[in-house]
Amino acid sequence: MIEDLILKLKQEIIDQLQLEGMTPEEMDPEAPLFGEEGLGLDSIDVLELVVLLDKNYGIKIRGPKEGPKIFYSIKTIAEYILNQQKN
Amino acid sequence: MELLITRHVKFQDRRVWLNGIVEHVSEAGSADKLFRSVYRYYDIDYPKFFKMDNLCKLAFLSAEGLLRGTDILQEYPGGEVAIILENASSSLEYDQKHVESIRDQNRYFPSPSVFVYTIPNIMVAEIAIRHKVKGENAVFIFEQFDPGLIYDYVSELFRNQQVSCCLSGWVECYGDHYQSLLFIIEQEDKIKRCKGLQEYVIFDTANMEKLFKGKSL
Repeated sequence: MIEDLILKLKQEIIDQLQLEGMTPEEMDPEAPLFGEEGLGLDSIDVLELVVLLDKNYGIKIRGPKEGPKIFYSIKTIAEYILNQQKN
Repeated sequence: MELLITRHVKFQDRRVWLNGIVEHVSEAGSADKLFRSVYRYYDIDYPKFFKMDNLCKLAFLSAEGLLRGTDILQEYPGGEVAIILENASSSLEYDQKHVESIRDQNRYFPSPSVFVYTIPNIMVAEIAIRHKVKGENAVFIFEQFDPGLIYDYVSELFRNQQVSCCLSGWVECYGDHYQSLLFIIEQEDKIKRCKGLQEYVIFDTANMEKLFKGKSL
């Protein structure tokens, strides 16, 4: 199930963040989203991810302290979504 | 102190001119397709380009066309380079896009990446980030290109020794209507090199008007 969600998330992130030329296959779900090692996203992108979770999954990120853990990688986002949906 | 326009680039009618010579013609009709075509032609690797609104894409590409293959900005401290621009539509296209995203209270999802482009000055920021420019910057909104304002403002910056180099001009984009004229202004006595451009243009309102209208100097 998490694999399906990761695949869906990849496409949503590509669309929402306008990652031109990027394909879901190229995205390592465990790679960090921020910094030079990963996708190199910036502070505006993290706000877009917050909106994406709200718009597509009805999940609101309340505390700024949660952000770095939730948005570390695509996999951590998927795990957070599944965890929130369980609760 | 004589001020000179040492390079100029223009985007209009599917064409890109560098120093008055057509450098690139695109088959693409829409603004977005033209900008992508020029991006490929310039062989740029800058993924953030694709996240920009069309106004910023045009400003970014105009600066790219103006500066690529030169080391002009390396000759000046970043804090002594200014960017002074004008346009007519401000950031209207993304202002409207933002309004659309917040119109429905039941689907109220303003996009941060849209909102960030709801000020025209962001086009200056995109150029400044790319080329490490840290000097004075401003964007003025006029119905039409106003070379008089640019002349007065930029001349004053040089007179007060606030800048040693300035990127200035007109960057207008709304829908598929786009037009840019961007030029570099330098002081005659400080120009140390001349790469491929034999004749500089005196920085005055008449010459800016001629460049804008595409008339020969």
